[in-house]
Amino acid sequence: MTVRAYLLRRVLLLVFVLLGISLITFLLARVVPADPAALYAGPQARGPAIAAARRLLHMNQPLYVQYVAYVWDLLHGDWGTSLRTHRSVLSDLVRFAPLSLQLVAGAMILATIVGIALGALTAHLKGGVVDFVLRIFAIGGVSLPSFWLAMMLQIVFFRVLHALPVAGPISVNVQFTDPITHITGMPLVDALVTGNLTAFGDSFLHFILPCLALAAYPTGVMMRMTRSAVLEALGQDYIRMADAMGVPKRVIIYRYALKNSLAPVFTVLGLMFAYSLVGAFFIELIFAWPGLGSYALQSILSLDYPAIMGVTILVASVYVIVNLIVDLVIAWLDPRIVLS
Amino acid sequence: MSSAIPPAPGAPAPRAPAAGAAPAGAAPAGAPVGAGDLLRIAGLKVEFRSMRGVVKALDGVNLSVAPREILGLVGESGCGKSVTGFAVLGLLPRPIARYTDGEIVFRGEDLLGKSEHEMRALRGKVISMVFQDPLASLNPVFTVGEQISRVVRLHRGVSGGPAREMTREALAATGLPPTDEILQSYPHQLSGGMRQRACMAMAISCGSELLIADEPTTALDVTIQAQILKLLLRLREERGVAQVLITHNVGVAAQTCDRVAVMYAGTVVEQGPTARVMKHPYHPYTIALYECLPQGKRAAELHTIPGSVPDLIDPPPGCRYHPRCPRAMDVCTTVKPAPTPVAEGHWVSCHDVARRLAAPVHEVAP
Amino acid sequence: MSVTTPTQTRGLSDWRVRHAASLSEWRHSVRVFARDRLAVIAVVWIAFMVVLAVGAPVIAPYPSQGQGQPDVSIRLQAPSAHHLFGTDELGRDVLSRVVYGSRIALVMPFVTMIGVLLIGIPLGGIAGYFGGLVDEAVMRVTDVFLAFPSLILTMALVAFLGASLRNVGIAIVVTWWPWYTRLVRGMAVSLRQRPFVKVARTMGVADLRIILRHILPHAFGPVIVQMTVDVGTVILAVAAMSFLGLGAKPPTPDWGLMISTGQSYILQQWWIGTFPGLAIFLLVLAFNLVGDGLRDVLDPRMRR
Repeated sequence: MTVRAYLLRRVLLLVFVLLGISLITFLLARVVPADPAALYAGPQARGPAIAAARRLLHMNQPLYVQYVAYVWDLLHGDWGTSLRTHRSVLSDLVRFAPLSLQLVAGAMILATIVGIALGALTAHLKGGVVDFVLRIFAIGGVSLPSFWLAMMLQIVFFRVLHALPVAGPISVNVQFTDPITHITGMPLVDALVTGNLTAFGDSFLHFILPCLALAAYPTGVMMRMTRSAVLEALGQDYIRMADAMGVPKRVIIYRYALKNSLAPVFTVLGLMFAYSLVGAFFIELIFAWPGLGSYALQSILSLDYPAIMGVTILVASVYVIVNLIVDLVIAWLDPRIVLS
Repeated sequence: MSSAIPPAPGAPAPRAPAAGAAPAGAAPAGAPVGAGDLLRIAGLKVEFRSMRGVVKALDGVNLSVAPREILGLVGESGCGKSVTGFAVLGLLPRPIARYTDGEIVFRGEDLLGKSEHEMRALRGKVISMVFQDPLASLNPVFTVGEQISRVVRLHRGVSGGPAREMTREALAATGLPPTDEILQSYPHQLSGGMRQRACMAMAISCGSELLIADEPTTALDVTIQAQILKLLLRLREERGVAQVLITHNVGVAAQTCDRVAVMYAGTVVEQGPTARVMKHPYHPYTIALYECLPQGKRAAELHTIPGSVPDLIDPPPGCRYHPRCPRAMDVCTTVKPAPTPVAEGHWVSCHDVARRLAAPVHEVAP
Repeated sequence: MSVTTPTQTRGLSDWRVRHAASLSEWRHSVRVFARDRLAVIAVVWIAFMVVLAVGAPVIAPYPSQGQGQPDVSIRLQAPSAHHLFGTDELGRDVLSRVVYGSRIALVMPFVTMIGVLLIGIPLGGIAGYFGGLVDEAVMRVTDVFLAFPSLILTMALVAFLGASLRNVGIAIVVTWWPWYTRLVRGMAVSLRQRPFVKVARTMGVADLRIILRHILPHAFGPVIVQMTVDVGTVILAVAAMSFLGLGAKPPTPDWGLMISTGQSYILQQWWIGTFPGLAIFLLVLAFNLVGDGLRDVLDPRMRR
């Protein structure tokens, strides 16, 4: 099929999935609990407030009408009002998302680069000591609870070594002496772009441990996936042909085999992104970063249902869109998929 | 008589090239091949370690290829013909495969003694190989042009423009239009025949002197087969590329090869000029092979060879064909037959043939 | 005096003969698995954890504390000879709590996996075998479920159901079944084209029987491998939920919950949070190593 047809198909699928996400979230909120209106009005609400909520949620109407109203509101930017912050959920999300984005982006970049590089290395040095040690690292990274790793890192680097800070994205005093201009909401990016090097250095120090804690699992997965994909590619006939043509081993592994294994590796990358999105919540909790994670967790614990729904839809939608981008990249890398 | 006299089994394989220099120069197609070995394999034995035991894949292979000559290596699946081809290029996986005896000599140099690094310098540049499935042999995520150019850049030390020119030239030599369209095509966009030509273009792009083709036509339609075989002949005529054509199809060998070597269970049982071996086969296996070919339009019953190919982990002692051979004698079960000359350039490894030839009567027809 | 009849004595050896092929396959598989030393150690570790879980009342040095009874006089003591892992904020022996925690850690994944398999496998088999509309419908549903990052769906579901370990289990089942449906459906799709299935259909064998006897056994291998990997992930998910306060409630000796409490004391009384986390890590690591070993067993190339 042509490139255009493929794109069209994927976009249609995207729309369908986004609708599905909204449907499931809607069902979670309206069908699962005993009294959705009471939930929506909040734990403090009494009769009149609950009745008002019932009207707002159109609960006298059939379920599908409620759903249509819900989607209509979503598309018009009305994601409800947070019971806790009393602001619109959407504005809350916009306010808290950038910090999480910085964490997730940092961890994913680290995991991808280090994971793929080391994974290919273990395939190259298969059977050696380096391979064994790195594989232990990889499987260890995959088995660690990220929140526990975060705590261990805090003990080692803060309490024992006194080397790195463990609270917040930036030091309080730097916030006063060299405040960062708010452009994107991500301290590292904003500080770099505005040339605020003191703040950049400080926020970078605050960034190291959280990023490492979040990156451990995806790095391990990427390493293992790259290793197995490269080894599988090495077993193919075209590698034998390259061998027969005298191509050096280094080129065979890092160009020929690796390019063929990028498809499965990038598929896993999408999954790892999903993991990071939610894993960031725990890291934010432990390192006291006021990001989406803290917002989500506080919403859950305080039974702020509009906020919970908002976070769910946001995270799922971001995931779906990123997956689409990853699929497009894979199609670009592996010409068989689209052009055949 | 070929100077490459295969050593008798049991005798130590000579490490130095045999005495008697090969006369230089090309042997015109069809003529009985004299000396002048480009490639000589003598007494080659290869074993594989597997979970079930040691597989004695090659049990003393002797064959030779003269410059500009096309040698057919014929036999059933599993007889070791592909293994022989891999062995020449040193492509057998090292810890699993072991060369236990014999030698492979190319242009007077011992290949078995070379390091991996030295072999890489030879592969693709001096000796090349193409395989059975051209789609699997080409990397699906690189264009044909990229793959060939990389080999050219590697071995000829050029880059960019000159490399692309050489790529085009290689494509043209194999009958592919040297257009940008072809260069920028991915393997799955080409037809089977074009893919095989592309593989061959890669193989000859750096001026190889010897091409080993492992079942190059098996995966292709009959009509394309004929084209590829014609291409092989053309490569020999125009570029002087000597070839080893590995195939299980006797007809293919008959069409294209100057000489043919018949393999069974890891050893060469008969070899000689194609026309002679086809008209006057001596070895019981060769004879049986020809009888299995459907003859013309007579709807006679199809022959099969009774019995089955031996298990190479525990092969029969002596001549490996003896369990299925109608002419087997006692000596066949204990002693491996040595190659015996039956005519000019025509050798057979069979006790029965040797016995009849030694008989004090004029040459006995098989 | 009872005399065994000839048919009875023949029974056992007859069975052995009939199943000789599969028995030797099993033995071969075990031998291939045993070559991976790390996997063998991992199996031993898991067995050890099972023993801990079953024998907790006997093995834990302070069983009542393990189950939650406080002893405030000895709170926050560092690891010592009396308390190998120290005591927590309510004076309970951390080692005993960790031992009791193994019960939850092992039961939760077991139970949820059963739920996931019971839903996922039949759905996948039906979708893949029948194809057409049924297949499309099931696939679209799994698409939507898989569009959620797993933990978000779990968290949202627990939030709306109410926080408890039982609801965490339900949420995990609802979150994970699509993976197995996809896996089994893929196998069923490729298998239904095979000649032996077509033959069975033309001979009038009931569809259900075909699915059960011919298709599902082939999915056995990949499902087992996926399961061992997922057990580790489920353990981590349950711990994560408890860490957030969405799962087990105090005084349940859930490892995740213990880490959460330990977080407040992390810089001084590091042992409260460290040892439960170490237990999680080692158990998940063990399951991952076993999964790797099993994958090697099932990989046809390794069996030669």
